Amino acid sequence: MIRARITVTLKNGVLDPQGKAIEGSLSALGFENVDSVRQGKVFDVELKNTSKSDAEQSLKAMCDQLLANTVIEDFSVTIIQAIDQ
Amino acid sequence: MTTTIIQFPGSNRDADMISALTKICDSAPQLVWHTETEIPSTDLIVIPGGFSYGDYLRSGAIAARSPVMDAIRNRADQGVPVMGVCNGFQILTEAGLLPGAMMRNSGLKFVCREVKLQVANANTLFSTAYFENQVIRCPIAHHDGNFFAEANTLKRIEAEGQVVFRYAENTNPNGSINDIAGIINKQGNVLGMMPHPENLIEDFHGGKDGRGIFESVIGAVRIIAA
Repeated sequence: MIRARITVTLKNGVLDPQGKAIEGSLSALGFENVDSVRQGKVFDVELKNTSKSDAEQSLKAMCDQLLANTVIEDFSVTIIQAIDQ
Repeated sequence: MTTTIIQFPGSNRDADMISALTKICDSAPQLVWHTETEIPSTDLIVIPGGFSYGDYLRSGAIAARSPVMDAIRNRADQGVPVMGVCNGFQILTEAGLLPGAMMRNSGLKFVCREVKLQVANANTLFSTAYFENQVIRCPIAHHDGNFFAEANTLKRIEAEGQVVFRYAENTNPNGSINDIAGIINKQGNVLGMMPHPENLIEDFHGGKDGRGIFESVIGAVRIIAA
């Protein structure tokens, strides 16, 4: 079994109104050292009957086809755990 | 004139669209559920507003990958007019039938009110009933209407006259780039717009400014048929 984590973030240069609001709220809570906040998404995906390299390829295809909107978002794929069965 | 409305789990402006099309075309639209893989012969396909799949992942993202979308893509390739309103616009961008993407409104609030739209291109299948730069009234109701396209795409759609509607000067309600409220594809038969023209088509609504969009496309279909 392969356990992977996909992180989807807004591309640089794309405005993030939600990140801005969170940034403002953190400042209001007294975290004066906050320079900027960008909001993103995390997907934990478990894959079965697959090799690590096939899993990586498949996870990238999932991002391209659904999990990320590549007009506005970047993604990264990390294999967290590969367990032999 | 046969019209078709696509319904997804979470569509909620479909009834408004059924009412509008029935009144304007004198016949009820056919309704097609999102699991269908074929769309019966039709002169116009409308994807109505709502919150398909609860806006999970991104607005329109899951609906854009549902079985009916391949059928819509085929019909669009054949030249059938396709119109997406609000969530329908979001679905069309997510499906890649229209360029760009939708982001959360810059003010972070769900905006539900009337806006003024400037007709940026009165020479499309959906806008010939208006004149260039005409300002019309139209209601909006959305949370993710902040249209974004990267610089090259934006330059291209502006140069090709693909921007059909803009929020009138200084009235942009959502931060949309270049005040874009509605765009059309390069082929000129797929329109997406955030405002709801179906909600301003009779005196009872307080005005008829939205009617021109339907009358434009219906007029075009009738000319082709004649």
